[in-house]
Amino acid sequence: MRGATHAKWAACAAAVALAATGCGGGGDSGGGGGEDGIISSSWTDPQNPLEPANTNEVQGGKVLDMIFRGLKKYDPKTGAATDMMAESIESTDSVNFTIKIKSGWTFSNGEQVTAKSYVDAWNYGANLKNNQKNAYFFGYIDGYEAVHPESGDPTAQTMSGLKVVDDLTFTVKLSQKFSTWPDTLGYSAFAPLPQSFFDDRDAWIAKPVGNGPYTLNSYQKGSQAQLRRWDDYPGPDKAQNGGIDLKVYTDNNTAYTDLIAGNLDLVDDVPASQLKNVQADLGDRYINTPAGIIQTLAFPFYDDAWNTPDGAKVRTGLSRAINRDQITDTIFQKTRTPAKDWTSPVLGEDGGFDDTLCGDACEYDPAAAKKLVQEGGGIPGGQVKITYNADTGSHKDWVDAVCNSINNALGNEKACVGNPVGTFADFRNQIGEQKMPGPFRAGWQMDYPLIQNFLQPLYYTNASSNDGKWSNEEFDDLVDQANAESDTAKAVDLFKQAEEVVRDQMAAIPLWYQNGSAGYSERISNVALNPFSVPVYNEIKVN
Amino acid sequence: MGRYVIRRLLQMIPVFFGTTLLIFLMVNIMGDPVAGLCGDRQCDPATAAQLRKEFGLDKPVWQQYLTYMGNVFTGDFGTAFNGQPVTELMGEAFPVTIRLTIVAIFFEIVIGITLGVVTGLRRGRPVDTGVLLLTLVVIAVPTFVTGLIVQLLLGIKWGVIDPSVSSDARLDELIVPGLVLASVSLAYVTRLTRTSIAENSRSDYVRTAKAKGLPRGRVIRRHLLRNSLIPVVTFIGTDIGALMGGAIVTERIFNIHGVGYQLYQGILRQNTQTVVGFVTVLVIVFLLANLLVDLLYAVLDPRIRYA
Repeated sequence: MRGATHAKWAACAAAVALAATGCGGGGDSGGGGGEDGIISSSWTDPQNPLEPANTNEVQGGKVLDMIFRGLKKYDPKTGAATDMMAESIESTDSVNFTIKIKSGWTFSNGEQVTAKSYVDAWNYGANLKNNQKNAYFFGYIDGYEAVHPESGDPTAQTMSGLKVVDDLTFTVKLSQKFSTWPDTLGYSAFAPLPQSFFDDRDAWIAKPVGNGPYTLNSYQKGSQAQLRRWDDYPGPDKAQNGGIDLKVYTDNNTAYTDLIAGNLDLVDDVPASQLKNVQADLGDRYINTPAGIIQTLAFPFYDDAWNTPDGAKVRTGLSRAINRDQITDTIFQKTRTPAKDWTSPVLGEDGGFDDTLCGDACEYDPAAAKKLVQEGGGIPGGQVKITYNADTGSHKDWVDAVCNSINNALGNEKACVGNPVGTFADFRNQIGEQKMPGPFRAGWQMDYPLIQNFLQPLYYTNASSNDGKWSNEEFDDLVDQANAESDTAKAVDLFKQAEEVVRDQMAAIPLWYQNGSAGYSERISNVALNPFSVPVYNEIKVN
Repeated sequence: MGRYVIRRLLQMIPVFFGTTLLIFLMVNIMGDPVAGLCGDRQCDPATAAQLRKEFGLDKPVWQQYLTYMGNVFTGDFGTAFNGQPVTELMGEAFPVTIRLTIVAIFFEIVIGITLGVVTGLRRGRPVDTGVLLLTLVVIAVPTFVTGLIVQLLLGIKWGVIDPSVSSDARLDELIVPGLVLASVSLAYVTRLTRTSIAENSRSDYVRTAKAKGLPRGRVIRRHLLRNSLIPVVTFIGTDIGALMGGAIVTERIFNIHGVGYQLYQGILRQNTQTVVGFVTVLVIVFLLANLLVDLLYAVLDPRIRYA
């Protein structure tokens, strides 16, 4: 008996030893190189089920971006909205739009993409019953209130503003003038959906079917998604590689380590702790380009102490007390760019970006800062408390640095302190309940590259992301005028005038523009990030 | 013995309800999870209300708890925010973590007890001092430091292992992470065994056994080790639960999609269903491991008998 036990132990130990030697090196190198090469890329588990109108974060958006093509697509380099599936989008009054789509497009299951595919998808996305988190994207369409009332049940199943004319044509009536509305249609919430989605939603969600350059081959939630090139894709932007394996990483440090060890081809989020080594590790295989993301400090205007007549002076004073250059250099290793306005460089000058707009108000000047704060009646309550969520994004580091900068400028050790909140959900919770004791971290990632998207959702009275409840008649008027203006250049000009109101009132302190960062292996080339800081997967080539 | 087992099993019921209720309340006081679901913007109120209804968050907490427990007994642990049933998440996570735990426990038993016996029998000799120093270092260095260093050296510098574990999490890939996870406990097992062996080797029954002329190996295994293992078994038993729940650090470093990872995500997203479900199962594992330890006592030392 005892002998047998011993033998078992010995066998076990031997097996372990064998396995140990067998587990070295190698890794999966994909299916060959060249056009059919497979690229492995880091990924984080998407928060929501993969549905076009339900995905509001980058990770799920990556997949939708690969398996769907909508009416418009944003140019990976310039961010300009160009026609993709749209043959033409016409309007004479900025309210009624006629949309013609190209013929010959199909979903990867063979089904034709028709006007109905769009109308049905949009009606589904807007309907309150379907719990779609991006429903508000359809809010400009006439009849939205009927399918998505503020309270109670929907009184209609479809929006009255949407009408199918024929197989390839449909019309849209908006509830207000919005001249640049067609440019919003590149967002994935506006993607078409095949009939199979409406027939069996659960089955579709387990394995989404779209009309983009890739198909989703297999999707194991929480660990991996395999996307493969769809050879019959009818669009002009065919995939230049065989497919993408998105691998879920528990920690972006591990993903980076895997890239260095040669087990991974692409990391699209270089961890902050590795920024010091990244040049030495990757050389020119490290990408650091501006993205359509701006970080600001918002104020609780619902709190009377922060909403005084002279408050703008205090807020401008605080803005001038922040040494943006130093913080972006030392804490972010130049992966952020000090903000000069309230939009983003990805818009370009024609799109409304203006690096002189903020001017002095964003320049570091401790003396002027001190003077302005005093003139404005001092800091409400004697202390600025900057609220942030401490769970992700190393927000503590920069909030502490901002506070240091303010304290030094004002010559008061206790002028500013950080106020951490445990989780992001709780942070959002407290914002929603209007409990902010002072300025709070606010970040805005654009939905589409339009100056409208950087201003209206954030500063228009009662807009969806106006968390500080700022309200200004002049600003609202200018935005309304801009939306009604059919000449794009004039519209942009009006938006910039509105932005000047934001500056004069310092509705929020702009801090910095965020860059997208990525690193890749020697196996692949032609890697770029689009203005949403997502890799342009279909253009990557395998060497 | 049978009555003892039944009594222990019955005792588990209130512990089970108490812990689940506590966890439920703790996740609940963190606030409304729906607020975090819409990214950096406010969910529109109608959609938020609808989501709350879908996840049953619109009801009072006690009612949520009762509904939850009712569902648990039918095998339904609710749905995570990404639309996946929690049971499915468990089905993916637990096998991986159990494999990792088995590897860790295996190392604890084999290496820990061997080193303990060796040092215990050679008190004060260089081997003993050396191992004692080594265990001291292992205990003093936090697991994440050990993990990162091992990953850097074996994974990148020498290329012996892959720095991250694939989604299959095969047994051979788990050897190094298992060793890292086991490291601190392993050191404790070594020290416990050493002390116990050292004490017992001076006892009367060992002297008697030696005097009878029994072979040295038999004295050590049958007489000395068997009696010395009681505290070690207690430690390893309670360690099973601790390893499964505490694997968060190791799992993060080596990209293992196990229980620790799911719990971490669940807490970050304030996903009550995921957190409560996983903790409930961990509590059961803990209770069963403790029961097993108590039963093993009787096997190791027949003098310990429970009525």
